Amino acid sequence: MAEIPAPARERRVGRLLATLIVVLIVIGGVGSFLIARGRWWMLPVASVHGVEIDRLFNTTLVVTGIVFVLIHVVLAVFVWRYADRGTGRAAYWHDDRTLELTYTLIPAAVMITLVSMGAVVWAQVHSPPPPDAMVVEARGEQFGWLFRYPGKDGVFGRIDPARISVKDNPMGLDPADPASKSNIVTRDLHLVLARPVRVRIRSKDVIHSFYIPAFRVKQDAVPGMTVEIWFTPTREGDYELACAQLCGVGHYIMRGKVKVESQDAFDTWLAQQSH
Amino acid sequence: MAVAHETTHEDHKLSWIRRYVFSQDHKIIGIQYLMTSLFMALIGGTLAMLIRMQQGWPGTQWGVAKFLFPGGFTGDGVLKPDFYLAVVTMHGTIMIFFVLTTALSGGFGNFLIPLTIGARDMAFPFLNMLSYWLYPPALVVLLASFFVAGGAPNAGWTSYPPLSAVPAAAPGSGLGQSLWLISIAILIVAFLFGSLNYITTVLQLRTRGLLMTRLPLITWAQFITAILMLLAFPVLLAAAVMLLFDRHAGTSFFVPTGLVVGGRLLTHQGGNPLLWQHLFWFLGHPEVYVLILPPMGIVSEILAVHGRKPIFGYGAMVLSLCAIAFLSFLVWGHHMFVSGMNPLVGSAFMVTTLAIAIPSAVKTFNWVATLWRARIRFTSAMLFAIGFVSLFLTGGLTGIFLGSPAVDTYLHDTFFVVAHFHFVMASAALFGLFGGLYHWFPKMFGRMMNERLGRIHFWLTFVGIYATFFPMHFIGIAGEPRRYYSPQMYEFLRGLHPLNVFVSLAAFGLGLAQIIFVYNFLHSLFRGQKAESNPWHANTLEWQAPSPPPHGNWGAELPTVHRWPYDYSVPGAPDDFVPQTTPVTAVPVAGGAGDDPAGDSPEHA
Repeated sequence: MAEIPAPARERRVGRLLATLIVVLIVIGGVGSFLIARGRWWMLPVASVHGVEIDRLFNTTLVVTGIVFVLIHVVLAVFVWRYADRGTGRAAYWHDDRTLELTYTLIPAAVMITLVSMGAVVWAQVHSPPPPDAMVVEARGEQFGWLFRYPGKDGVFGRIDPARISVKDNPMGLDPADPASKSNIVTRDLHLVLARPVRVRIRSKDVIHSFYIPAFRVKQDAVPGMTVEIWFTPTREGDYELACAQLCGVGHYIMRGKVKVESQDAFDTWLAQQSH
Repeated sequence: MAVAHETTHEDHKLSWIRRYVFSQDHKIIGIQYLMTSLFMALIGGTLAMLIRMQQGWPGTQWGVAKFLFPGGFTGDGVLKPDFYLAVVTMHGTIMIFFVLTTALSGGFGNFLIPLTIGARDMAFPFLNMLSYWLYPPALVVLLASFFVAGGAPNAGWTSYPPLSAVPAAAPGSGLGQSLWLISIAILIVAFLFGSLNYITTVLQLRTRGLLMTRLPLITWAQFITAILMLLAFPVLLAAAVMLLFDRHAGTSFFVPTGLVVGGRLLTHQGGNPLLWQHLFWFLGHPEVYVLILPPMGIVSEILAVHGRKPIFGYGAMVLSLCAIAFLSFLVWGHHMFVSGMNPLVGSAFMVTTLAIAIPSAVKTFNWVATLWRARIRFTSAMLFAIGFVSLFLTGGLTGIFLGSPAVDTYLHDTFFVVAHFHFVMASAALFGLFGGLYHWFPKMFGRMMNERLGRIHFWLTFVGIYATFFPMHFIGIAGEPRRYYSPQMYEFLRGLHPLNVFVSLAAFGLGLAQIIFVYNFLHSLFRGQKAESNPWHANTLEWQAPSPPPHGNWGAELPTVHRWPYDYSVPGAPDDFVPQTTPVTAVPVAGGAGDDPAGDSPEHA
């Protein structure tokens, strides 16, 4: 038994580990969160449903934070107290139905609460869009975004991938379809303040992901599918659109610009885009 | 048993090659799996360091690295974007499939299953040898992808098509991607041979008196893991073959109509990229439990043995293992909340995902309860086991954010996910691996590891893991997507640079600390103090065999089991441990789970 160190040593190591758990994990963990909140945190939320997502995030943070601290403190106390002292034996205690049932039911209750709250927000995010929502198409490609507004008639013309040409027809509009005449293709995404927008998300080549951090919006752009999401921007200003799904060597440069402005400013801009 | 006896006698005539290279002995195969995995861990770890080099100081010129990886750096020593993606892909692939799965299942599973159930070997020793010998070819094929045109695959360990299906989509989507798929396919066959063997062995070869209710938790964990592997891996095998067909035979399982890649219209028609994601994650999610269940078993053993106390809630531990395994097949969609899958399906996956947190919580509470009024011996193994509980808790809690689809919408594919799985699955599994090595090293090699170095290794690794992966949560909360070569394009990511530097420095420290382990492992292998057969005073059967156990494990007579494995600190017993082989007449049964005196009667054997 020479390999097992002397009991005096056990208590020292136990106390060191307990201290480490409390200082590094509990105090360090909670403390670093408090510091990070001021410096390295989400962008200020700029959409209606984003507020709900943030609230759910914060609730989850509080709940998990309490469990994180509580269990680590208990762990630290046990590690501190129950080091082998070289005398006496451990408790021969291996089952306690009441205790086990309690700590099955409490997490179950917490989970059911979080699931219910999560289901409500998720249903809101994916509720049917309001009828007055504007529509825009976002198409990802290696490595950039292209947008299409339907124009006056409100109809998107047919796309023919065979017609895609980087210079003249980057979107691949089919001129044979009269609906495509009024379509407006742009490099930047402009949105109207406080007006719900439906975004039809597509891809030309591989999977991309339409990610606007400030709006708490993320949706994969899957080739062969058109996925529609909707949201309502709540703050005027410039935002960044990023790609969140690995799409190749230029994944990290696939940046798009988003501008949220008044209806008038938007109309003026859109008119300038049509030629 | 008669068959096993014959092999024992034959063994003495076996050549060195049949004994140590093409061996059919489960212990040698287990050690082969472990050693190969540790070698792969060095490669996977080096790749992690490259990732952190780039993340901490994007665009920096690294003079030396240029010579080490000539293809991966530009002339002036800047890491290339496609090489970065290749490194990320290979780091994930190697660590998940070629280190953790192979070490925890292939290594510990092979070594421990027959020993803990009192068998002489696996049910199918030849199949077992085949299982190991598929592993080196798989890793050679995988590593070869670094040296072919276009380099190693760029599509991540998840290999989502069309990126992975269309050679023109990325440099690494050429031959490198095909080699990746072939390598994974070979390795899956190895896993299937192994898991089939484990299941049969546990069901058929348990010794007299070893009821399933007396099985040590490590063996339960390996048994359940084998079932997971047997059911989940064939799905990825099928998907890999389908993707190879898409790449080379003109089929369109995953590639839809009308794609334009690199300015050319593809001829594929009618495939669906989401099909791959469903198939991949149907394996991918059980796979993370394949990585974490064996460590859960390892930690349960260590906490009991080094805490000198029965594991708390044995029955609940077994039930929660089964519940986690069952639910793990029903949660794959939580990787796909923003994939374009119907949101209603997302709700269903949210329910199953958060449900799996309940058995996980029960296990955590049971480990903590095991420490209450224990007599803890802070051996290296014990430190890593306690560290595991902390890491699993931290990583499990962040999983609650990601399991909620609305919150996941924001956090999906950011560094928050990277932080989450490095805690709950990667680091926790690694701690299980280290704990298991410190604990069973004496049995495997007949020598002790150096405890002093082991403890230093623990302190540095434990602090290193938290310092590396905890701040990564903030990088994710701030919104930085994973797999970015550099965040510099984005204004909203500018402020994260100091954090990324900190994480990189912590990661380097963590990496360097592993040198202590490598030294300790190699040194102890040859110079370690000789180990007695039961240095930790443990109850399970493997500790009743000599260290290391001879071919055939037991002498002429197989051990007989009279009790459950957790009779530690039984009041009134002469010692604070009562091996499973101790007859009821010597120490009365204390009343633990499965401790049924009737179990001694032959009809239960």
